[in-house]
Amino acid sequence: MINLEIPKKFKPLASQANQVATEVFRPISRKYDEAEHSYPKELDMLASLIDGMNEGSDIGGAGAAGVRRESNGDADAGNRNGSNLSTVLGIIELCWGDVGLLLSMPRQGLGNSAIASVATEEQLEKYGGKWAAMAITEPEAGSDSAAIRTTADLSGDEYVLNGEKIFVTSGDRADLIVVWATLDRKVGRAAIKSFIVERDNPGLKLDRLEHKLGIRASDTANFTLQNCRVPKEALLGNPEIDTKAGFGGAMQTFDNTRPLVAAMAVGVARASLEETRKKLEEAGVEIGYDTPALSQSAAAARFLEMESDYEAAHLLTLQAAWMADNSKPNSLQASMAKAKAGRTCVDVALGCVELCGSVGYTENELLEKWARDAKILDIFEGTQQIQLLIVARQLLGKSSSELR
Amino acid sequence: MSTATQDKGVAERSMGLGLRWLNKLAGSDLLDRIRIRKQVERALFSGTKHGFRSATTAGRTFKAATNLTGPARQKTGKPRSLFDISPDDEQQMLQEGVRDFAEAKVRPIAKQADFDRSTPEEVLSQANELGVNMLGVPEELGGVMHEQAAVTSVLIGEAFAHGDMGVAYAALAPGAVATAIGHWGTPEQEATYLPAFTGEDTPAAALAILEPRPLFDPLKLETTARKDGEDWVLNGVKSLIARPKECELFLVAAEAEDLGPALFVIEPGADGLEIEDEPAMGLRPAATGRLLLKDVKLPGTALLGEGKREDYVECVQRARVAWCSLAVGTAQATLDYVKQYVNERTAFGEPISNRQGVAFAVSDIGIESEGMRLATYRAASRADQGQDFAREAAMARRLCAQKGMQIGSEGVQLLGGHGFVKEHPVERWYRDLRAAGVMEGALLV
Repeated sequence: MINLEIPKKFKPLASQANQVATEVFRPISRKYDEAEHSYPKELDMLASLIDGMNEGSDIGGAGAAGVRRESNGDADAGNRNGSNLSTVLGIIELCWGDVGLLLSMPRQGLGNSAIASVATEEQLEKYGGKWAAMAITEPEAGSDSAAIRTTADLSGDEYVLNGEKIFVTSGDRADLIVVWATLDRKVGRAAIKSFIVERDNPGLKLDRLEHKLGIRASDTANFTLQNCRVPKEALLGNPEIDTKAGFGGAMQTFDNTRPLVAAMAVGVARASLEETRKKLEEAGVEIGYDTPALSQSAAAARFLEMESDYEAAHLLTLQAAWMADNSKPNSLQASMAKAKAGRTCVDVALGCVELCGSVGYTENELLEKWARDAKILDIFEGTQQIQLLIVARQLLGKSSSELR
Repeated sequence: MSTATQDKGVAERSMGLGLRWLNKLAGSDLLDRIRIRKQVERALFSGTKHGFRSATTAGRTFKAATNLTGPARQKTGKPRSLFDISPDDEQQMLQEGVRDFAEAKVRPIAKQADFDRSTPEEVLSQANELGVNMLGVPEELGGVMHEQAAVTSVLIGEAFAHGDMGVAYAALAPGAVATAIGHWGTPEQEATYLPAFTGEDTPAAALAILEPRPLFDPLKLETTARKDGEDWVLNGVKSLIARPKECELFLVAAEAEDLGPALFVIEPGADGLEIEDEPAMGLRPAATGRLLLKDVKLPGTALLGEGKREDYVECVQRARVAWCSLAVGTAQATLDYVKQYVNERTAFGEPISNRQGVAFAVSDIGIESEGMRLATYRAASRADQGQDFAREAAMARRLCAQKGMQIGSEGVQLLGGHGFVKEHPVERWYRDLRAAGVMEGALLV
């Protein structure tokens, strides 16, 4: 039965997350945008609270908790609204508050998502409850993550990691770093595995923290791995090089996390739109839904155009999460959501600054900050162009060698 | 003066004018110089066949068959507790039926129907057999849907337009009148008009809101309904009506004295009611025309329902959602078509789909059409649950007007010169998709 409203059972969660965003994030938003690299200590208490929320299976998940797929095909169990959807809803609300602070939430890193999604029971036990960052990108391998050069060589009971990692979100603050490395550079994608490295491993050297355009509350670290030794058990997933399964294992994480990043973009876009509507209405601009957009003022028409893009991005994001909850293959929809939400978020946030003029552009308001924060959401977890590539390959039935 | 004599008078007068013009044109060398004599002669033939402007002729006699004590209304559905994008079993069945029909019967005749500006009767009656025009008729009056069926209508509109938007418009337009009467009509209006929409011989009918002027706003109508004692007197012009010549019933929007915008039931044959051909860039199988009202006198009972403003506004919203459903179907048709084309077409030694410049355009069509679809579903689903859907209808319309047109344009672009010629349907979809942002009224969910 078609219904695209937020399910009743998730309303308390969404309103809780909204309260956090309003009461905790927004008041310190500007502070940590200015104080780049200083740790938002206000988040510690909040993180414990969110851990508690994550305990429940369906209702929990206000942050980027793991999104484990229900792999046993209980297709005829009927329609399910589960943790993927609830997580997306929580993230939208929290990023309506502040996306940089959400990314800084202890124990809510992408690494946590990866661990929660593919870890064995033993690994879950050992690493559960810790804060895990994710290290994929290298100076010479960004979107082309199959080209990473960091190596992992088996030596006795340990893997030895060597290489350089950049753009590691929360890399300095996390307890663990999930490092992508190749077992054999000649084999390509299939040899790429992820390894859990403890932050205090002597082979893991912090080079520097980046100064950024936006999400400045979140620290972004660059590391060198120099003969960094980790136990054999630190490898996530299957240690065999299975050329048939290819990149699947590593990439599967993305099918689950792309809707989450799309949700971040939806949250930022909504924040910008709501603030701008308020300001426009104060300025005497009427925005109506029944009068045709082009018969209203230019500002109202532009606003409605942006709001409609937001609507599409929002619904595509919910769809991708809903499909994951129902064990439907969603890699196409996840990339559609990420592509649409990423570009919409940038267009909306920048459009809102333009509509609000100097009020939007100056630091007296958060609109300019959201416009700076927005850009990363069209870049990380796969740039706009990568999403379009994935969508095109799926729609056209192309392999990655045909459509490069 | 009887209707028949007046009919003849107007027809002759207008025909006379037209013939004088044509005769002048026929004597000119211009036609031969630019080699369009044949086309003009054909136009002359169909012009004289149909007349340039003609009075409407009375259709069947509608008579109240049953006595309703109160208005019969479809119920709104219970609020649904879970998020869900799957149609229910019944909807899926209907959707598949219409999809098959659109593929087997509509797509193959679409090109000719576009050229002829006419949809074959056979296709219309087959569509009617599928029940597409009775979704808004309450059960008490022979309808089949117990609850409101906006989502079902959207699914059907989408599937139908995958075959062809113009044919879909021709086939679905009568249902809009039935739905409007079923939603807002008085018991008497329901009993009088609705039974005709449940049988085999469904009347052609039109919900006329749009007026021919830039920046048309359905809430600011120039068509007026003046009070004259118990009666109403209507004046104005309505645009882009489907198959007006065949219509046996009109629902016309007018700014009613003391009421604001409202709908009026008009049977053809009324004095002062004329139709005029109005061909457009698209929607050609619907043989679009204008309806001209000059001092059309109607009884007090012609006002639809109680003439409540909120009913009219809801009608405008429902129409926008309906046009969105057609845009979604046509956008999907475009996606399906270009996918195949860019995979088969080779240039520089490989399929053009191997190039990002081409492939990314396909991705964008996929992404935006999916966004259009979800926004349209959301608006319809809120309508069925009795929730306010003003915002959602506006969002869906903005998307379908803008992205729908982008998709139409990109569809032609991806085929290059081949997209520009009529050998491929993408140029037709380009013309049709512009309608989703222009049309008001005419269809309803």
